[in-house]
Amino acid sequence: MSKQKIVVIGNGMVGHNFIEKLVASKGYADFEVHTFCEEPRVAYDRVYLSSYFSGKTAEDLSLVKPGFYEENGVKIYMNDKAVNIDLKAKTVTSDAGVTIAYDKLVMATGSYPFVPPIKGNDRAGCLVYRTIEDLEMIQAEADKGKIGVVVGGGLLGLEAAKALRDLGLETHVVEFAPRLMPVQLDDGGAALLKRKIENLGVRVHCSKATTIISDGDTCQNKMVFADGETLETDIVLFSAGIRPRDDLAEKVGLTLGPRGGILIDDQCHTSDADVFAIGECALHDGITYGLVAPGYAMAQAVVDQLNGKSAEFKGSDMSTKLKLMGVDVGSIGDPHGNDEDALSYVYENGPEEIYKKIVVTPDGKKLLGAVLVGDAEDFSNLLQIMLNDMDLPEHPDALILPNRGGGGEDLFGPDALPDSAQLCSCYDVSKGDIINAVESGCCTMADIKATTEAGTGCGGCIQLVNNVLNSELEKRGVEVNTDLCEHFAHTRQELYHICQVEEIKDFSTLISKHGKGHGCDICKQTSGNIFSSLWNAYALDQTQIPLQDTNDSYLGNMQKDGTYSVIPRVPGGEITPEKLIVLGEVAQKYKLYTKVNGGQRIVLFGAQINDLPAIWKTLVEAGFESGQAYAKALRTVKSCVGSTWCRFGLDDSVTMAIELENRYKGLRSPHKMKMGVSGCTRECAEAQAKDIGLISTENGWNLYVCGNGGMKPRHADLFASDLTQEEVFKYVDRLLMFYIKTADRLQRTATWLENLEGGLAYLQDVVINDSLNIGEELETQLAALRATYACDWKRVVENPEYAKRFRSFVNVDSAAEQLFVEERGQLRPATEDEKLKGIAVQVKELV
Amino acid sequence: MSEFQSVCSINDLIPDAGVNALVNGKEVAIFYIDGKVYAISNYDPVAKINALSRGITGSIGDALVVAAPLYKEHYNLVTGECIENETLSVPVYEAKIENELVFVKV
Ligand code: SRM
Ligand SMILES: Cc1cc2nc3c(=O)[nH]c(=O)nc-3n(C[C@H](O)[C@H](O)[C@H](O)COP(=O)(O)OP(=O)(O)OC[C@H]3O[C@@H](n4cnc5c(N)ncnc54)[C@H](O)[C@@H]3O)c2cc1C
Ligand code: SF4
Ligand code: FES
Repeated sequence: MSKQKIVVIGNGMVGHNFIEKLVASKGYADFEVHTFCEEPRVAYDRVYLSSYFSGKTAEDLSLVKPGFYEENGVKIYMNDKAVNIDLKAKTVTSDAGVTIAYDKLVMATGSYPFVPPIKGNDRAGCLVYRTIEDLEMIQAEADKGKIGVVVGGGLLGLEAAKALRDLGLETHVVEFAPRLMPVQLDDGGAALLKRKIENLGVRVHCSKATTIISDGDTCQNKMVFADGETLETDIVLFSAGIRPRDDLAEKVGLTLGPRGGILIDDQCHTSDADVFAIGECALHDGITYGLVAPGYAMAQAVVDQLNGKSAEFKGSDMSTKLKLMGVDVGSIGDPHGNDEDALSYVYENGPEEIYKKIVVTPDGKKLLGAVLVGDAEDFSNLLQIMLNDMDLPEHPDALILPNRGGGGEDLFGPDALPDSAQLCSCYDVSKGDIINAVESGCCTMADIKATTEAGTGCGGCIQLVNNVLNSELEKRGVEVNTDLCEHFAHTRQELYHICQVEEIKDFSTLISKHGKGHGCDICKQTSGNIFSSLWNAYALDQTQIPLQDTNDSYLGNMQKDGTYSVIPRVPGGEITPEKLIVLGEVAQKYKLYTKVNGGQRIVLFGAQINDLPAIWKTLVEAGFESGQAYAKALRTVKSCVGSTWCRFGLDDSVTMAIELENRYKGLRSPHKMKMGVSGCTRECAEAQAKDIGLISTENGWNLYVCGNGGMKPRHADLFASDLTQEEVFKYVDRLLMFYIKTADRLQRTATWLENLEGGLAYLQDVVINDSLNIGEELETQLAALRATYACDWKRVVENPEYAKRFRSFVNVDSAAEQLFVEERGQLRPATEDEKLKGIAVQVKELV
Repeated sequence: MSEFQSVCSINDLIPDAGVNALVNGKEVAIFYIDGKVYAISNYDPVAKINALSRGITGSIGDALVVAAPLYKEHYNLVTGECIENETLSVPVYEAKIENELVFVKV
């Protein structure tokens, strides 16, 4: 049987989602897919478009895994617009002249930004906000100008305003209606939102109609309003709504709605039985949706039908929750109470700037809608109540009144939801899907994301999904056990705070007061780590020794043959020839295998315990310090040569790296930390793969945080731009100390951030805006730790008591037996086989 | 028959940690916990190196254990059994403290 040919017009969010779903569907082997992509790049995430301005690249935004289309035999026509459809012959023709026959055609042409017919709307600096090309133009104009105005105070307009503000422009929002977000908010909510946004430095002008845009006096443009007022601006960004792209459909005679949009039925069929329309171009039941979730639902309906199942799209909920410039906003159902008899409850908290309203049926039994501004925590709860038509409590206002410790917290906990409740609207994941995932072994939010995709779209559902996950795990007796181990019913964070508040500095006190048993390798190591983070406790002090992993305890990593590595610190990777010679001499004398390692420094392997103090004595005398490759602490700060030598270098990355390394060396943390400093955006130091990364720009340093190489690489997030060195230190001080205080055991900054509620924005708030008012305290604590730094190995060299630990035997003075083999002119551990065959040599006759 | 031999002074021990001793040509790991000493072979049968004296001690349920430093299996200090793998065990030796001296019988 020949394959059914599916042609998709438009490779936007929904077009791509459709293909992804079809590829994943059972019957995919029976299909052959072709798609026309008008844009110069494959589908990307418009929802996160504005993050382009905070450092995300077009590749980061891409929704298509490299190779996905090729591997699945999907033929994509890039940069090629479909210009004609022959509904009779069932063919599509493109701009480039390609003609393809189809069995089924899917229109996913999206929409375009509506530009109001104002005179002058096509002047230079007048722009829209929908594609990456639009963003590039906005960026170019922003580089030249100082002021930007967004026309339209809806959801997208406010997001555009944020982008302009982030680009450093004086930003205004002009809205025709008397309030912001007129569709989603009521007067009270909108007024509070306006106040908050203005506090962030964006000027909001409501009830303003623009009549003309003309030459400006001080800027490139001047906007003139119906009330006679004017506003000078360089950029005018139109965000006054969207219109479905239905021109091609109209041209070939498909039926449109009275105000546009390709008319579809519940099966997403257009007026032609072999043509579907999905996403923003489609008009269903009188509505065109400007959100992505309904588009995904339509895509699913079509995929199901192609697989021979019956399916329908019955309309979608348009509730939204978002963070606009750091302000939480939620809108559910009908927030205006359009039903005349509907009742509403309002809670307004002036000092804390919170506004909440719910609209309920006249009998007070069911929820019709809600508005939340300033605190949208109740969003998922309320949304579920409405979507599942659940009965309200006797006093519905309890749902929005603050719960000040009065109990009854979970009026509607995750257990109250039916299994059919949709938790993640972006990927249509229900509570039942989450339960199935838990059944099949998912235990963490990360598992859930990987298995069900829940939470990987807009992220709005994460809290709710997490609640369901925890509640399901608890039911299965997988207590969501956050206990460190059988000896302590506490998390690392709790233990840290206990030790800090009670000034506990040794394990026996800690376990006798707060734990049970003798402890184990997990809680002992964690406690030792906490004592070091709090008090700079030294691993070789009597009370600390039993708490250390062998690596920490012998100040070197134990290798597979029981010998240790020697890794001196080489700050920033800069090393003098004299020091190199000393390293060479030491390696020669003690017959150590020598390698340049992945952290831009030199490692000597194969040192026997009893040689370690003498090796380090030579190194310390030559000016080396411990590189702490064994510790949960700062490892290396990788640098490129930077402006001193490199023709592209903008700043002296080496000096910066050395200063960073010296500033944070010795700082004990929940896991190891790595940093990198590059002299320009070419990024030779790979700073974006580090816990802390700096990249020099024309105007200072860009700070990246929480990146990671290793098992699960994660690109660092741009945290703040154009910083001075002082600002860098201040932010990094705060961030690291906050990490040390709150992270879990062996949690690197990348996973820490991914698990931090509120994510990057929250972290920025804490560190940059000092929202918790702990900035100074964090800095002081870090300064105290820095002040008591001492090189681990210097202390051993200077104190014979510590050196005693490094004897091979307590009762005799000889070295332990150790077998090596020579390879490429150096020694390496003998394999079991070599030992048996007697090839191995017992060495360490010192030269 | 082997005899108790004096190995070192209790001042050479560190509470809750181990030391390594060479007794009759064998490496013996000696641990000092709650005023008592425990001796097992220093040989880690999984990593195939002499290293158990360098592990962290602790308890699992009621059993006193040491965690092997390389791959973290736990060995019972009294019976020598491996907690994670019942087919594995390490030799245990009698040990005692007398007049502040540590004795083992290997
Ligand atoms: C020596 C070195 C490899 C080399 O020959 O180049 C090395 C060797 C070890 N690495 Fe590494 N890593 C080395 C650079 C790296 C790098 C590269 C870098 O730092 O730029 C990475 C990836 C970057 C990153 O960490 O984000 C790296 C990712 C890891 C990981 C995975 C970490 C993760 O979060 O996924 C581990 C495992 C762990 O830490 O739990 C690890 C663990 C180890 C351990 C400690 C494994 C162990 O327990 O025996 C190795 C022993 C080190 C030793 O004997 O001193 N090593 N390791 C490098 C030492 C650098 C230094 O001077 O400190
Ligand atoms: C800045 C911004 C923020 C947003 N934020 C959110 C949000 O927070 N939540 C949310 O749910 N939604 C949000 N959206 C809306 C969301 O992006 C859209 O709902 C979604 O992209 C619609 O997908 P689509 O495939 O229908 O249209 P599109 O993604 O626009 O894709 C249509 C594609 O078809 C192409 N095309 C059109 N005609 C042709 C042709 N004849 N031949 C070939 N190709 C053609 C177009 O070039 C385009 O690439 C946001 C949108 C923007 C712009
Ligand atoms: S990152 Fe830039 S400055 Fe540094 S070496 Fe590379 S190109 Fe030169
Ligand atoms: S609702 Fe958007 S990711 Fe789940």
